[in-house]
Amino acid sequence: MTALLQVEGLGKRFGGFVALDGIELEVRDGERLGLIGPNGSGKSTLVNCICGTLRHEMGSVRFAGEAMDGLPAHERTHRGLARSFQLPRPFASLSLAENLRIPILYTVNARGAGAIAGAAIDVRCRDLLGEVGLAEKADRLPRDLTQIEMRKLELARAMAAQPKLLIADEAMAGLSHTEVDEIVTLLIRLNGQGVTVIMIEHIMRAVMDFSQRLAVLVAGKKIADGAPRDVVRDPEVVRAYLGE
Amino acid sequence: MRGAPFTLVLIAVAAVIFGLARWLDNSYAFFAAYVVVQYIVLGTAWNILGGYTGYVNFGITAFFAIGAYSTVVLHKLVPALPLPVMIVVGGVVAGIVGLGTGYLTLRLRGVFFSIATLALAVVVQTLITNWDFVGGARGAYVLRPRYAPLIGGEYMQYLFLIMLGLCVLVLATARAIERSALGFGFAAIRDDEAAAEASGVPTLRLKLMATALSGGFMGMAGAPLPFYVTYLDPASGFSLNYAVNAIAMPLIGGTSSWLGPVVGAVLVGGLQEYLRVTISSAVNVLVAGVLMVVFVIVAPQGIVGLFQRKR
Amino acid sequence: MDVSFDLLMNAVISGLLLGGFYAAVSIGVAISFGMLDIVNIAHPAFILLGSYVAYIGNTVFGIDPILAAVIALPAFYVLGMAVYQVYYVAFERRDNQSLRGLSFFFGLLFITEVTLVLIFGVDYRSVEARYIGPSLHLGLFDLPLRLLVPFLVSMAMAIGLQVFLSRSFLGRAIQAVAQDQLALRLMAANPVRIKRIAFGLSIATAALAGATLIIIQPVEPSIGREYIGRVFAICVLGGLGSFAGMVIAAMTLGIVETLTSTLFGPSWAPAVSFGVLLVTLAVRPSGILGR
Repeated sequence: MTALLQVEGLGKRFGGFVALDGIELEVRDGERLGLIGPNGSGKSTLVNCICGTLRHEMGSVRFAGEAMDGLPAHERTHRGLARSFQLPRPFASLSLAENLRIPILYTVNARGAGAIAGAAIDVRCRDLLGEVGLAEKADRLPRDLTQIEMRKLELARAMAAQPKLLIADEAMAGLSHTEVDEIVTLLIRLNGQGVTVIMIEHIMRAVMDFSQRLAVLVAGKKIADGAPRDVVRDPEVVRAYLGE
Repeated sequence: MRGAPFTLVLIAVAAVIFGLARWLDNSYAFFAAYVVVQYIVLGTAWNILGGYTGYVNFGITAFFAIGAYSTVVLHKLVPALPLPVMIVVGGVVAGIVGLGTGYLTLRLRGVFFSIATLALAVVVQTLITNWDFVGGARGAYVLRPRYAPLIGGEYMQYLFLIMLGLCVLVLATARAIERSALGFGFAAIRDDEAAAEASGVPTLRLKLMATALSGGFMGMAGAPLPFYVTYLDPASGFSLNYAVNAIAMPLIGGTSSWLGPVVGAVLVGGLQEYLRVTISSAVNVLVAGVLMVVFVIVAPQGIVGLFQRKR
Repeated sequence: MDVSFDLLMNAVISGLLLGGFYAAVSIGVAISFGMLDIVNIAHPAFILLGSYVAYIGNTVFGIDPILAAVIALPAFYVLGMAVYQVYYVAFERRDNQSLRGLSFFFGLLFITEVTLVLIFGVDYRSVEARYIGPSLHLGLFDLPLRLLVPFLVSMAMAIGLQVFLSRSFLGRAIQAVAQDQLALRLMAANPVRIKRIAFGLSIATAALAGATLIIIQPVEPSIGREYIGRVFAICVLGGLGSFAGMVIAAMTLGIVETLTSTLFGPSWAPAVSFGVLLVTLAVRPSGILGR
């Protein structure tokens, strides 16, 4: 079975600094993949290269069998790749409902089939906000939100694009115990609806609860990839990232 | 209010204003009002790219003068050409130049686009100053026809009518954009371009559209200028005043809605005219710049924004 | 047109000297834009201010224009710090509103130009000094002192600043703030204070640059606008953050402009910088020696 996402030999440099070195990664349709690694290991750079925010120099990215290399980010989103940003980047002058309007107008409606029109768009936005528990604040501005609400908005906006694959980039950093559980539940529910999810995280509890498979990135290289329980016992992973 | 009724209201207001002016039959009123309406057009045009999309165009003089000088060229080649046609041509040429500049610079940070527009203004001025066909540095004379076509009376009244029509067109367009998917796309780009791109917004394409529209309307605003001033030379055609006013008025009036540039143009334009008549024409020029700096520091949301407050 | 080797060589030499002057003009922006990421498009206005200060010093007090600029250096430094303080409080501290910041500087540019017109009028002004007029003759080559002296002043300024930035504590702090503000803050240095000093320095260079400008050519308030394109073209071409790159780019632009002037006429010169800027942005936006 061909993978939904195929990353082959991906390389990225910033001047003299090698951020990513020969990354090989496959994600199957419907899978829940966890991606962990120390700060600066290249996780966000990898996301940026997969999604098109950054151009990679070597290797290739294939999504649903199609080569993504050279495609601008918005085209990749049209094809079903979505991501949330590590530091939430809401549209500050738009209300929450309007924030979700953007991906609906420009991704869902750009696909032709399944386009939503007129008043139905607003209904959909509010429904989505309801799914993440933000329905009452639909007409407020992002600056009125708490940290976790911002994270939820960020995820909701990625979900509004009706993606096939969602990459959640450190969506839980700095959240409390219960808040982390909320987000994990949300992502699992999303996965149940058919969305493949890659979770990038530092919070090991969340990663272990969530992932069917676990990959580890250290200094731009992938050093482990397999069943979570095996990976966390891998001595190299323990040495490089988990510690004693 | 939906789009079509809004346009009708605009047309009605414009008709009332014109009727009033015609009834007063004061030559000075037409000259002064023309300037204010011209600035509504320029400010709204600038705001489509600046306020809505977040990209600052400093080269307003380039686009405005392209419109003016294309009229000079057409007037020399085909004197009988009706003014509306010249306006369309001026707009198209300016729009194309905007598109070209945008294509070269909009892939980079917004700052580089702004700097490029500054340099563009100098380059276009250099080109025109070296072009003898339009008079070069010496300037060109354009005779104002005696009588206005269509409506009769002084030609100045016809110029004012044309500018009012242009104003209706630009305002209706701006408002239509505001409420459309395009407007949301522009806002997303302005608020966070990377997030917009990740949400599926084709940012480069939208930015190019905004640049072409904005530049095109500025060219249209400049097209009647030669008939207004009757003598056009690069020093006055490329006067920095046009650029500062076109930016200051939307910033003072408010950049988030179509109403902002209108408020800004009426207030600042009116104030400038008052100062020009009472104190001196040198001081009035300073007003826009000083007010712009003050507002940008103290009240960045503009006058309209002050009244809008919280949602 | 008859182009002799002589003519070309002298054009190149003039271009080189002119390029040195362009470096003086661009140093301030290399600091404010290249290192502090502040798009001060009003820099040419401050340069003109320096020119007029030199003019007053020369015509009213009879002192050498460059000396006048040196005397005015502290005032320009303080002015720069004041401008930065306003910029910081109004724009940098709030969410990153680049539209407003740009408009602020554009407004400053305009206000300065108009105020200069109100005070001095639109006539060209020039200064008198013993080195304006005579040339140094070295064999085939003519080195107009009018160009050579600004060139030397500008090189002195560039080297002096480079030494300051790499050797002194404050200079290295400025380099640090350009690269990583957070790290600096963690080291208990105040990035705002350091940026304020750096911006003050940037405007101080404008005083000297202005003096060299009025030595090279007569000035009137609106010529500042020609220099915006040049200055940013030079900084972009040279690579933001690299002084050496900026100097090389300045020389290159000087030579290209002078050659264009000689071959096609002087009225095309302002367009050259725009062409250079566009080509650089399209082909290699990081510049020659950029990070």
